[in-house]
Amino acid sequence: MSVQTHSVSRGSQSAKVAAFLGVIVLIVLIAAPWWAGRADMRLMGEMFLYLSLACLWNLMAGYAGLVSVGQQAYVGFGGYMLFALTMFAGLPPLVAIVGAGVLGALISIPVAALIFRLRGAYFAIGTWVMAEVFRLSFAQVSSLGGGSGSSLPVGIVRSLAGSRSARESLAYWMALGAAVVVIAAVYLFLRSRRGLALTAIRDNELAAASLGIDVWRIKFVVYVVTGGLTAMLGALIFLQKLRISPDAAFSVNDWTAFVIFIVVIGGIGTLEGPIIGTLVFFALRETLADLGTIYLIVLGFVAIVVMLKAPRGVWGFVRERYDIQLFPLAYHVQKKPKTDK
Amino acid sequence: MPDPILSLKKLDAFYGDFQALYGVDMEMAEGEVIAIIGANGAGKSTLLRSISGLMSNESDQVNFLGKGIGAHRADEIAALGLALVPEGRQLFPSLSVEENLLIGGRLNRKGPWDLQSVFDLFPVLKERRAYPSTALSGGQQQMVAIGRALMANPDLILFDEISLGLAPVIIKSIYDALPGIVGDGMSAIIVEQDISKALSVSDRVYCLMEGRVTLKGAADSISREAISHAYFGID
Amino acid sequence: MFAAGLSLIFGVMRLVNIAHGDFIVLSAYLGLTVVASTGMHPLLALIIVVPTMAAIGYFLQRGILNQTLGDDILPPLLVTFGLSVILQNLFLAGYSADPQKMDAGALETASVSVAGLSLGILPLLTFGIAIVVIASLQYMFFCTSLGRAFRAVSDNQDIAQLMGLNKRHMFGLAMGIALGVTAIAGILLGIRTSFDPTAGSARLIFGFEAVIIGGLGNLWGTLAGGIILGVAQTIGAKIDPGWQLLSGHIAFLIVLAIRPQGLFPRVSG
Repeated sequence: MSVQTHSVSRGSQSAKVAAFLGVIVLIVLIAAPWWAGRADMRLMGEMFLYLSLACLWNLMAGYAGLVSVGQQAYVGFGGYMLFALTMFAGLPPLVAIVGAGVLGALISIPVAALIFRLRGAYFAIGTWVMAEVFRLSFAQVSSLGGGSGSSLPVGIVRSLAGSRSARESLAYWMALGAAVVVIAAVYLFLRSRRGLALTAIRDNELAAASLGIDVWRIKFVVYVVTGGLTAMLGALIFLQKLRISPDAAFSVNDWTAFVIFIVVIGGIGTLEGPIIGTLVFFALRETLADLGTIYLIVLGFVAIVVMLKAPRGVWGFVRERYDIQLFPLAYHVQKKPKTDK
Repeated sequence: MPDPILSLKKLDAFYGDFQALYGVDMEMAEGEVIAIIGANGAGKSTLLRSISGLMSNESDQVNFLGKGIGAHRADEIAALGLALVPEGRQLFPSLSVEENLLIGGRLNRKGPWDLQSVFDLFPVLKERRAYPSTALSGGQQQMVAIGRALMANPDLILFDEISLGLAPVIIKSIYDALPGIVGDGMSAIIVEQDISKALSVSDRVYCLMEGRVTLKGAADSISREAISHAYFGID
Repeated sequence: MFAAGLSLIFGVMRLVNIAHGDFIVLSAYLGLTVVASTGMHPLLALIIVVPTMAAIGYFLQRGILNQTLGDDILPPLLVTFGLSVILQNLFLAGYSADPQKMDAGALETASVSVAGLSLGILPLLTFGIAIVVIASLQYMFFCTSLGRAFRAVSDNQDIAQLMGLNKRHMFGLAMGIALGVTAIAGILLGIRTSFDPTAGSARLIFGFEAVIIGGLGNLWGTLAGGIILGVAQTIGAKIDPGWQLLSGHIAFLIVLAIRPQGLFPRVSG
């Protein structure tokens, strides 16, 4: 199979088409406040936020090999920082979101230093412990409502935009913007030198290290950047919810389990995976939500089946079949089409 | 030739996309000792991994005692009476010397080998029986690895590079012990880079190069020139 | 003790079972069902629950988890994560979200007086059972041929296969034993405190912390780790009730910061 003539390239026809379609979809989505209903917009906003979380988790787990089950630590942290910064420091919400991101990145530094001592699966549970520590700590802060939580004061909400519909549009655009920024950031990161190193680590950590790649540092950077961005997303999420409590903010189901399922179903280690996963997840949720707990059981079941039968997820399956990719990341060796099958 | 104990038919082996063996054919009779020689990367270890079931192949490509075992799992093949002394010894570090040997004998196949006879063959192991296997010298570890394989009383034993990384005097003592092992009818395949050592203990020899058999013949009639041609591919 | 089961799985299979905590809760619920339907004493229910859980463990391993084993840690992690979500929601559907508890009668409140200190029989019993279980696991691991086989598989799966050990079967057995131990822990938990469908994750975290504090693969260390956590929580609770859980985590983080290999790292031999 290696005796054919080849050419190596990164772009592909499908990627160009995808880029073009992507721009059109984006324009349509930006215009959503003018064509979509209130409920639809809420749903789409939520989808974008989940999509962003999924992309970030995918960057960590799928590319850097850092399987975290404690990302709710940063979601909750970001949410609480939004509340703290707006209520006590008097910052406008938009500034507070950025502030939450910066603080999230800062706090992830000592966290990383500690839990990076754990390998592989122990690391995963270590992140969970950290999330629990965060949750219990914030439950102790009585000025933020302690264990029962608190609501964002009306004045702060008003400062965002005057009318309710304007606020909702704004929230929607912010969610969309977050998704675009996160996908673009992950994409550019992966195309950079660092990203190449990251891919090398994913493929073979030992070999990458022997090539002079500082594995620890790259993982550290990924973890910190992810922590910061996740905290920003957390701030955004709770700006929409307007109410925060430790159990909601640090919920392992909402912010980690669902995100993991999205990535796994869509296809881990690919940029397209989270997008497909988000669509599948929300489709499942909207059709099965009435069933209550059954829906989560089905979800767990689907994830297990996908993991066992198609470990590369829906997108991995598609890519294997048709050899297309929407984000030109992989180098392509083009060869003559095979005649068999 | 009577019914062969082991035969390979057009054996191919792959590591992912990389093909390590190309259509290897081989037959060995019961009680025979075969040496397999070849340079690094010629496919010698792959051959042993395929035979012992650590690598999966198509069922009829490997035939042992009249059974197609190519697709069997390693533990099933071991139960049929095939043992491997792996390259680099690969003892179980958390087990003592004696425990390593006992693990080898857990299949309870009948035969001459038990703890006592292994200790008779390598008396030094008896002294060190309670030591962790990691506390032994390389040569002693190799003895444990051989003893561990013998404990299974196999019909066919495979040796993978048993002289690798050992001092010449140790190699000599191990090779001196080999006739005592294969003397009573046990068949053996010896993979070795040290050609003269390999030839000295074997009946027939196969030479591999780049995954193909380039030479085969009786160990005492084969010429040095033929070997170096088959080994390096040069005249 | 939940940690002992966890430690066994870690040790033999290098598999992290995120659903482990939920299996504890599962055994508690199984115990509850057995007690409710037969009216027998909760401790007697062990006779039924332990083998049931062991069987579940074996077939779960053979049926699902063995497929996920390999160099990549992601599949087992995610599959057990999925299992965890499934189990939790099955509990929710089957037993409702209300906390439940098993009634062990007089045993719960009985206490003995030792040197002026009043000690509950139940905690003593739990501690005693923990020591017996760990001692027998230790014995099984180091003095029987089954334990030898476990250690061999854990050291080097390929070579162990060459010795005629079927690693799938061995893993199944290990998981069976682990869940059997888990079942004991689950029943005791169900007698001691009330539990609800989501109680599992807290158990998992504590078990995991005990394993890390004690040092990987060291069963006695795991017990010590559990005691350290318990003490830390009790002290924390004295300071402020809200600090109870937190101080356990902090103790864990301190150990992780100072001695990442655990207080009692595995001794070879």
